[in-house]
Amino acid sequence: MAETSDSGAFVAFERVQKSYDGETLVVKDLNLTMPKGEFLTMLGPSGSGKTTCLMMLAGFETATYGEIKLAGQPINNIPPHKRGIGMVFQNYALFPHMTVAENLSFPLEVRKMSKSAREAKIKRALGMVQMGAFAGRRPAQLSGGQQQRIALARALVFEPELVLMDEPLGALDKQLREHMQFEITRLAHDLGITTVYVTHDQTEALTMSDRVAVFNDGRIQQLAPPDQLYEEPENSFVAQFIGENNTLEGVIKSISGNTCEVQLDGGEVISARPVNVTEVGQRTRVSIRPERVEMDKSRLQEGAHTLKAEVLEFVYMGDIFRTRLRVAGNTDFVMKTRNAPDQVRLQKGQQIEIGWLPDDCRALDA
Amino acid sequence: MSHTTDTAGAGAGPMLAADGTPLKRSLNRALRRQKLRALMLIAPLLLFVLLTFIAPIADMLFRSVENQIVSDTLPETVETLSDWDHTTQAPPSETVYEALYFDMFVAAEAKEHTRLGGRLNYEMSGLSSLIRSSGRSLDDLGDDYLDALEAIDPAWGEGAFWFELMSGEGEAAEEVITARRRAVAQMTGDRLGGDTGFAPSAEIAALLPRTTRAYSDFAVFTALVDGDVVAEEDPWESVYVGLALDLQQADVSGYAGPGGDALRAAQADLDSLPLMPLSQFFDEEVDADWNDPEVWAVIQTYSPRYTTGYFLNAVDLQLTPDGVATRPERESIYIMLFKRTLFMSLTITLSCILLGYPVAWLLANLPSSKANLLMILVLLPFWTSLLVRTSAWKVMLQQQGVINDVLVWLGLVADNDRLVMINNQFGTIVAMTHILLPFMILPLYSVMQGIPPSYLRAAKSLGATNWTAFWRVYFPQSVPGIGAGSILVFILAIGYYITPEIVGGTTGTFISNRIAYHISSSLNWGLAAALGAILLAVVLLLYWAYDRIVGIDNVKLG
Repeated sequence: MAETSDSGAFVAFERVQKSYDGETLVVKDLNLTMPKGEFLTMLGPSGSGKTTCLMMLAGFETATYGEIKLAGQPINNIPPHKRGIGMVFQNYALFPHMTVAENLSFPLEVRKMSKSAREAKIKRALGMVQMGAFAGRRPAQLSGGQQQRIALARALVFEPELVLMDEPLGALDKQLREHMQFEITRLAHDLGITTVYVTHDQTEALTMSDRVAVFNDGRIQQLAPPDQLYEEPENSFVAQFIGENNTLEGVIKSISGNTCEVQLDGGEVISARPVNVTEVGQRTRVSIRPERVEMDKSRLQEGAHTLKAEVLEFVYMGDIFRTRLRVAGNTDFVMKTRNAPDQVRLQKGQQIEIGWLPDDCRALDA
Repeated sequence: MSHTTDTAGAGAGPMLAADGTPLKRSLNRALRRQKLRALMLIAPLLLFVLLTFIAPIADMLFRSVENQIVSDTLPETVETLSDWDHTTQAPPSETVYEALYFDMFVAAEAKEHTRLGGRLNYEMSGLSSLIRSSGRSLDDLGDDYLDALEAIDPAWGEGAFWFELMSGEGEAAEEVITARRRAVAQMTGDRLGGDTGFAPSAEIAALLPRTTRAYSDFAVFTALVDGDVVAEEDPWESVYVGLALDLQQADVSGYAGPGGDALRAAQADLDSLPLMPLSQFFDEEVDADWNDPEVWAVIQTYSPRYTTGYFLNAVDLQLTPDGVATRPERESIYIMLFKRTLFMSLTITLSCILLGYPVAWLLANLPSSKANLLMILVLLPFWTSLLVRTSAWKVMLQQQGVINDVLVWLGLVADNDRLVMINNQFGTIVAMTHILLPFMILPLYSVMQGIPPSYLRAAKSLGATNWTAFWRVYFPQSVPGIGAGSILVFILAIGYYITPEIVGGTTGTFISNRIAYHISSSLNWGLAAALGAILLAVVLLLYWAYDRIVGIDNVKLG
């Protein structure tokens, strides 16, 4: 609520709702503000409403209720072509019947720019994405990565202040995708453009963004910088969705300040940090990241709870070892250990004891 | 093992397979079965297409230049006439009339002269009746000669005597009868197998050539067409005419064969026959038109076995002995019809684009439930008979029809001044646009369906108005659909027949209606074939031009 009154916000969604059929809400009460120059990612599973939000911002969908503001001005009734928002589409949407230069020239022509000004801008934009030599080609003659660069250049060539990207890297292979992630963030920061980026790939979200908005079920579940999102998920959806996560279910036994005791369904008691649990007796899901699980007792706090575990599977992954354990009845409990020279390689069926710091263990909603 | 094969293959000579055979041959063998199976699968269709499509087209194209009927029916006349110079404006020599008499006599017996008359009548009206009536008059001269010959010796009226005379003694001239059999076979188009039971003697053939020819024709016809015994039948009248002509020139005094005495008696008393040259006979007794050099000029011009005449006729020209000439104004209709056909087909294509484009756009962009309903409406005409649809337009457009009634009722048109919307070009264009519309909508729709909506969105996000986005981004991508639809509609329209026939009146008919007329009414198949060939050439030419300008790769049917 405090954010909506922020007059310095460049993009603002205020209580926005969207329904396609008049029966169900695809976007439920969305409030979001972005300062100028921010790189914000909308992350979420398909059907979570993130693309709908982007389309409402671009003007291709109208908000059923609420207001969207750009630079302080409500834009609900402004048609898309007057919003001046650059957009990169999932399948690039490069016009197949035009050359690369003609594609880039298009937004400048509709803005009635002179030929010389157009040529200078096209040249600069192609230079920005290192595609200067391809001006005369047609999109079909370019590889996926090249098309992606051209799509980016086209969205930037008319110098919009806001650029929207709808899963732009979805069609690229892994290596190219990582390279493009870096390029896009570099360009966005160099040019000082405000960017809204939609993806369902959490790695992309974490590596590129200033802030990530995790969408689920038409709501923002958490809006935070990547590190905070990963380390301090506010609810079990975010904990599950971002990164790999171990979940143990149980009941709150006691809460005191920054710690609480949780009795697991298997009977064991562990201590955890209460996040969105408030009362004793409430059911909870305790979340621990696999890399924070320790089997070396010397690295645990004095008096820390430990649990018995049985090794079900040991996978050698190069940089790390991934061990699947049976812990308190959960057979999908994963522990990741660094491939150090002194690291123990566990055997299947081996019985070990594991533990973690109470701060790394977050008691979330059930 | 495989290593050595590899090195051998990589060295000199062709690549070898593992067993040492060249790789190419090995591959061919491996694929042969597959190819054979594929061929067998398409064989029925291939055969069907060949028999029902390619062969008839080839036959029709052949008919447009074929002209064998003249030289088949009047072989000797055509041959003797080749020396005749039409520029002299004089009728040809007696030899030509002689050849005409004997050729025509056989043709009349075979009833082929009427076909010839029909053929020549296309080039000069009146020739049909001239030839038909001539065929009836040919007997008269022979009858007169027979009466005189019988007065000299009654044996001349007996078939057996003639058979004995012509068969003669000694060596038989088989080649004469074979040649006549072949000539009759070519004229009638029958094979004429079997034995005639007659062959003229070589002596008689040399002595009485015209008689031998006429009698051989008679013998071939009697034995092979009628199935009678030659010796038992009275010969044709042409045989007497031949005898009279031969006796005027031949010396029969030394002939010792059977009937030699009768021959000598006839020659001695030849003056008792009412002799007259055949040119005079044709002029005075048959028809004075045979004295007209123009008639002969037409026969001479159309005597070659192949002619460009049909094609020249099809473009309002004509073939004359002096070369190609333009047809008189009042007979020139085909160029005008071709132009009208092209113009109306283009108008129909254009109307189909204008009407079909928005419908196709809706089909491609509506939610599927509504699009399906619309698609059914588009396809509905296909489930209705073409005749019903065309007749419905008659009901709609006629002067006492629905549209005029409504306009009169609204007061927009006076009752005595109703609009003429049918039996003219307007009616044809309206009805055919309606009938051909699905052929435009369907390819357009399938192309439009392949254009993702993100292009339009991208254009708008780049700052284009709705119209600019459509015109510069969507429309160019739908051009292949327009191309495919236009080619379909245009080619269908240019050869359309039923609808213009029903609603076209006189000003709204197509060249195809004229072709149909020549096929079924005037029976001038050669001209119909030539018109059809020109139509085909025009379509191919337009297709080629389209390929050069737009590129046929840019045509998408889906």
